[in-house]
Amino acid sequence: MGAYVVRRIGISVVQLLGVAFFAFMLIHFVPGNPIATMLGPRATPREIHLVSARLGLAKPLPEQFWLFLGHLVTFHFGQSITFSQSISSLIAQRAVPSIALISYGTIVAIVLGVPLAVIAALKAETATDHAVRVFTSVSFAMPTFWSGLILAIIFGLKLGWLPVSGYGMGFGGIVRSLTLPAIALGLSLLAVIVRTLRSSIRHTMSLEYVEAARARGFSTRRVLIRHVFRNAVMPTVTVLAVSVGFLIGGTVVLEQVFQIPGLGTLLFEAVEQRDYPLVETLAVLAGSLVVLLNLGTDLLQAAVDPRVRPGAKSV
Amino acid sequence: MSLLKIENLRIAFPARGGITEVVRGVNLEVHEGETVGLVGESGSGKSLSCRSIIRLLPSHAQMTANVHFDGRDVMALSRKAIRDHRAHNVGMIFQDPFSCFNPTKRIGEQVAETLRVNAGMDKSAARARAIELLASVEIDRPEQRYRAFPHELSGGMRQRVMIAIAISAGPRLLIADEPTTALDVTTQAQILKLIEQRRRDLNMAVLLVSHDFGVIAQACQRVAVMYGGYVVEAGPVDEICARPQHPYTRALLESIPSLESAGHHVRRAGIPGQPPTAGEIGPGCPFANRCAFARPECAGVDMSLEVVGDAHATACPFVRTVSATSEAGGA
Repeated sequence: MGAYVVRRIGISVVQLLGVAFFAFMLIHFVPGNPIATMLGPRATPREIHLVSARLGLAKPLPEQFWLFLGHLVTFHFGQSITFSQSISSLIAQRAVPSIALISYGTIVAIVLGVPLAVIAALKAETATDHAVRVFTSVSFAMPTFWSGLILAIIFGLKLGWLPVSGYGMGFGGIVRSLTLPAIALGLSLLAVIVRTLRSSIRHTMSLEYVEAARARGFSTRRVLIRHVFRNAVMPTVTVLAVSVGFLIGGTVVLEQVFQIPGLGTLLFEAVEQRDYPLVETLAVLAGSLVVLLNLGTDLLQAAVDPRVRPGAKSV
Repeated sequence: MSLLKIENLRIAFPARGGITEVVRGVNLEVHEGETVGLVGESGSGKSLSCRSIIRLLPSHAQMTANVHFDGRDVMALSRKAIRDHRAHNVGMIFQDPFSCFNPTKRIGEQVAETLRVNAGMDKSAARARAIELLASVEIDRPEQRYRAFPHELSGGMRQRVMIAIAISAGPRLLIADEPTTALDVTTQAQILKLIEQRRRDLNMAVLLVSHDFGVIAQACQRVAVMYGGYVVEAGPVDEICARPQHPYTRALLESIPSLESAGHHVRRAGIPGQPPTAGEIGPGCPFANRCAFARPECAGVDMSLEVVGDAHATACPFVRTVSATSEAGGA
């Protein structure tokens, strides 16, 4: 197991380097100059040059990348160009709403998706199964900003149950203000969970060891929970971890729709202003989150399923 | 007194344009403590027939039969009662001893789980008993093996653990569905010996399902030969080996390599053609299209068993004339 963990972590380090490289290159190749934006239309080339030099943007690209890596490793993300604040404090302020939204959305998707998947798998190829498929396909096809707006119109404006936009204070306020966007986010994730889990439950149920467990007189419930579900759930966990990257993209739009002061809104503003260091840091953080979640899932899988661990010795 | 009595077992599956019958009126009896063989090619209905004893069929299968186990009507049992029946009366082992285990749980825990659920033992008692059971199926160092995962054991060892689970409740009947097919020949003999030894010690009956007449002949007292969803011949193993009546049984016996033929380049006579799929079987004898002695009347045969000797019966009504022909042909 030890060798596997070391190798798997090694792979993640390479992935993280790749994330940093692409985040750095992309923003530098997008047209537009942050200094010009910052200093306004009447700045002279000399002024622009001076400010660039001060911010380290006049150095050759490889050197800039090297410095950028150094800052990342030491968690010194530096100063934002446009917000005149340190990037760390900016992110600290904005991270909570985003993390809360993504977690809440994922919980909504799991709470709705797991029972639906189990029902669809047990009633496979019946009207119930088809109804679940239609519902999840529709929810998947709806863009989050659209389902978010529809939810806001129905539950916010017409029924007045929940706030239409903004970000409340305290735990209750946060939950109330995030409920509608979280449902919109959860609905977009639902299809992935239901499809993956339904098919892996069906596959697992067709395996001989499930028949062998039933032949021993175990109850359907015991067979489902102890033998089927535990082994069927891993592919879904993996897919969920991969989907987090997709969710981060989804929150950028949703935070705009619901006026939530999160990282999505911050990223949007940073790109608009060509705030190089801020965009780079945010992109690297989002990418790293996906890489680390995948690492976590793979290690979890190795812990759950002994066959994944290579070099597992015979007794 | 018979331990198990199956009468007129019919199993069908819904198919396009109706239903397809795959088991067509099978009768089978197993007495206390004896070993009965069920032999036939794949698709002959033998696996489904043996699963009917514990009603372990796919949910869309339609089954009708009179099944009596120890005098009790198995078809009338409630869901709870059928689970008790599976847990206490009948043990079952399967063809592929790898895929029968939950791949993510240690094998000892899988034995212990059965003991905890079915015998109501607490954790430490179940563990101690599981280790005893592993030792009883001749697994050495059972304490260490208890912690092994299924993929860390050899095929023969996994089948031993499977037997340990199947006999853990002290069942009256052990169903062994192709228990040695996935194993090499040496291991095969060891597993058959182990089953026989456990059968004697626990005084249970064994229903041994196999496509290999050699295995059946070695282990069983009586045998039923299945083809196309019918029992085509049944009787004592010695009698059937010495005087096979149904042309299918003969062909099956002729296809077994004997010790004398080892080293000589003699091609065994195979059975021409393919076994039929359930949907292709019409009225009459399903073996007719592959039978060397087929005649027009075969299409009208009702496949009921006719007694031809001491406890020996066959579904082929033409056996006397067939015997004459084959002896004339052989001479």
